[in-house]
Amino acid sequence: MPKDHGIGASSKRREDIRFLTGKGRYTDDINLPGQAHACFVRSQVAHGRLKGVDISAAQKMPGVIRVFTAIDLEGVGGLPCGWQVTDRHGNPMQEPGHPVLATGKVRHVGDPIAVVVAETPEQARDAAEAVQPDIEELPPVLDLRGALAEDAVKVHEELSSNLCYDWGFVENNREDVDKAIATAHHVTTLDLVNQRLIPNAMEPRVAIGDFNPATGDSTLYTTSQNPHVIRLLMGAFVLGIPEHKLRVVAPDVGGGFGSKIFHYAEEAFCTFAAKALGRPVKWTCQRSESFMSDAHGRDHVTKIELALDKNGRFLALRTQTHANMGAYLSTFAPSVPTWLHGTLMAGNYRTPLIYVNVKAVFTNTVPVDAYRGAGRPEATFQLERVIDKAAREMGIDPIELRRRNFVTEFPYATPVAVEYDTGDYHATMDKLVEIADFAGFEARRAKSAARGKLRGLGVNCYIEACGIAPSHLVGQLGARAGLYEAATVRVNATGGLVVMTGSHSHGQGHETSFAQVVADMIGLDENMVEIVHGDTANTPMGMGTYGSRSLAVGGSAIVRATEKIIAKAKKIAAHLMEAAPEDIELKNGAFSVAGTDKSVAWGDVTLAAYVPHNYPLEEIEPGLEETAFYDPNNFTFPAGAYACEVEVDPETGKVEVCSFVATDDFGTIVNPMIVDGQVHGGIAQGLGQALLERAVYDEYGQLLSGSYMDYAMPRADDLPSFTVDHSCQTPCTHNPLGVKGCGEAGAIGSPPALVNAVVDALNRGGYEHITHIDMPLTPSRVWAAMR
Amino acid sequence: MTEVSMTVNGKAVSGQVEGRTLLVQFLRETLGLTGTHVGCDTSQCGTCVIHVNGKAVKSCTIFAQEADGAQITTIEGMANPDGSLSPIQKAFQDYHGLQCGFCTPGMVMSAAALLAENPTPTEAEIRAYLSGNLCRCTGYHNIVRAILAASGQGVAAE
Repeated sequence: MPKDHGIGASSKRREDIRFLTGKGRYTDDINLPGQAHACFVRSQVAHGRLKGVDISAAQKMPGVIRVFTAIDLEGVGGLPCGWQVTDRHGNPMQEPGHPVLATGKVRHVGDPIAVVVAETPEQARDAAEAVQPDIEELPPVLDLRGALAEDAVKVHEELSSNLCYDWGFVENNREDVDKAIATAHHVTTLDLVNQRLIPNAMEPRVAIGDFNPATGDSTLYTTSQNPHVIRLLMGAFVLGIPEHKLRVVAPDVGGGFGSKIFHYAEEAFCTFAAKALGRPVKWTCQRSESFMSDAHGRDHVTKIELALDKNGRFLALRTQTHANMGAYLSTFAPSVPTWLHGTLMAGNYRTPLIYVNVKAVFTNTVPVDAYRGAGRPEATFQLERVIDKAAREMGIDPIELRRRNFVTEFPYATPVAVEYDTGDYHATMDKLVEIADFAGFEARRAKSAARGKLRGLGVNCYIEACGIAPSHLVGQLGARAGLYEAATVRVNATGGLVVMTGSHSHGQGHETSFAQVVADMIGLDENMVEIVHGDTANTPMGMGTYGSRSLAVGGSAIVRATEKIIAKAKKIAAHLMEAAPEDIELKNGAFSVAGTDKSVAWGDVTLAAYVPHNYPLEEIEPGLEETAFYDPNNFTFPAGAYACEVEVDPETGKVEVCSFVATDDFGTIVNPMIVDGQVHGGIAQGLGQALLERAVYDEYGQLLSGSYMDYAMPRADDLPSFTVDHSCQTPCTHNPLGVKGCGEAGAIGSPPALVNAVVDALNRGGYEHITHIDMPLTPSRVWAAMR
Repeated sequence: MTEVSMTVNGKAVSGQVEGRTLLVQFLRETLGLTGTHVGCDTSQCGTCVIHVNGKAVKSCTIFAQEADGAQITTIEGMANPDGSLSPIQKAFQDYHGLQCGFCTPGMVMSAAALLAENPTPTEAEIRAYLSGNLCRCTGYHNIVRAILAASGQGVAAE
């Protein structure tokens, strides 16, 4: 029987009402009195020496207030990088400067050179076209391997090369891995590309800076997943504004998928310019501008080798990746191909020896950073593709090969530094076999064949490290931040609650699911709980939402704060009923004395806390408000098994997705409806990568896929309906809710399932030479592979 | 600047516009109806879909002057007269057909236009009709279910 309220109920989302009636308040919906409008002048070439910027014509254009170039940004620091990776020789990564406006050189198409601030957006745009940068073009650095050649042109002259770092993990395993691969019964090798993607949240980025001369306070309204992180980075490193004089507000945000984690130049500029000009400054990104200024994702070129014994047991794994950083280091870029990628290379399997090498490379392209999954899709794709290839080479059923190698005992310490606390990979695979109806595949294949289509079935597993968190651990790995989360629970005198969280909802439904948790703990109606997020002025210092961490880390902070509330409320109830606090029970929103019929209502206790006439003032303070900071002691490890069936048209190479089934173990589920939706969206982005999406640069470094006319976003008629199941639940062992996080799973788990399915279809159809096709599997690529 | 007048959500409105002012700009900036969104600059994303004289139109594809005298409905005009959610809006909530909410106004307006043209569409017809509306959150799965439900057709429980 499904629950109708509290933890486990598919409560309808309360935020939907405002979104469905046009009353959402996104950043671009905010207009401040007297605001001016900014338009960025961006480099149209990939690489060049910036010899000067002629702003004289632009300054005279109608409505222009001021034109800014780098020399006008006195006292403004560069954009900081939040993660320092140490290379395999023990040296810190090479870390170039990242100016707010280009200085000396332009390094990618879209690199901001100047900003026009004018009375209207149209005037700013018109004048921006009159700004004349004087650029001496340089050869662009685009090829990842070529960028590391001894005589390669350098993106940053002050660095010794285009190599950001050469990372080895675990360096001590390297020789053993080499030996195991050299002597194994069978080695499967695969070269692959995990192509560059553009995240494309539907809401373009917006920033509005505001300065109050009366108080000296600055405010930034921005499309961010983590307003506190922006306040810290921008305040401390870029503008030199202490936290107490800087407020960052991220109101309703229209999707993020990672791209709105980072601190961007436009945020710093608008905050700076508002003070410099004495009026609010607003910038709204055009979509074509987003394509060349939002951080991109993925862009790895990888060789992976898997060594197996004659029974198909995995002996060793070696991967070598070139990862594209783009022209500058975006906020968390260095962590993505390293700690978010290398630590997941064990997958769901007992591979005793693993070595991961990653060379991170600067190129004249848009910076690359975390995009939904961030490193984990790249790890999963290589691993699950090479396993599939190995199964085919060794004549072992791909599911059986996976099962033979599953981790089955927990906790399990991988050879790549993480410890899986719990899981049951056979259970999710059993469920997949059941609901994907593998038994009926042959009959479906025959039907497809009768219509001239090649049908294939692809299966894979995935594991991810979520709840990105343990500060002591990420600190050792190079994070320049803690990754706890914070919550304040304020109980009002008449019993209603306000929960202020450092997590940020930009589609995840926190206003509903977080309220379910608190209401469940106290036994109240969910409507008595209000969730506040997105404003540094009224939420505790938390680290925001990414890495599927909100419920696992942010929800846990809420649980801890609510536990404190309950403990204090019990003391008040005990006083009111003249009983001992340890005898007080809380059930359905009422306090009772165990073994008696004495009880007081929730509202009686909350009123007593604020009207403390009859109150134990000598023992406890009045009021009922508690804050908790929660820093977990491990990541969480959601895992699952996915299946995809496709039909390939041998005449055209077109791939049609016939069905997609996901079985996930997310531990405890708070709102099944929201979890389903998160998985659907993740799968759509994963299938988008597998079938359609690719950021394309030409040989001059021009971004060819620079609009929705050229970058193929998945549309409704590109995708099937999905079947998702999360009935296999092994609760996380180290957080109070037992939750693991569900936001990225679909994007991590789905690309290999689709590619495995297409390779399967082609092999069954007689194209046995095809062992791999790089994503996206467009008709032309599939057709070419068949020729 | 030119004066334009139109009826928006049943109310007569007018305002001064430049020749280049798009209808979506007039709605958002002049009238303050910010429920209609702008998600791209190539008329691809569909977040700005409204109804002009009863037809679904991307309001970034026409100038405000072209809508002079038109009957316009935006997302702000879609709720029942008492302010409660209309059946299509309710179905989007019941079937979790939205996440971040940014594409939602355009989706609801497209869905309403679809059901006016075709009261009982198949899943394939819904997907084809929505191909001009991008959503990055839902994978379209629950949007399709919501529209099936709003059309009074059965939707399997999940």
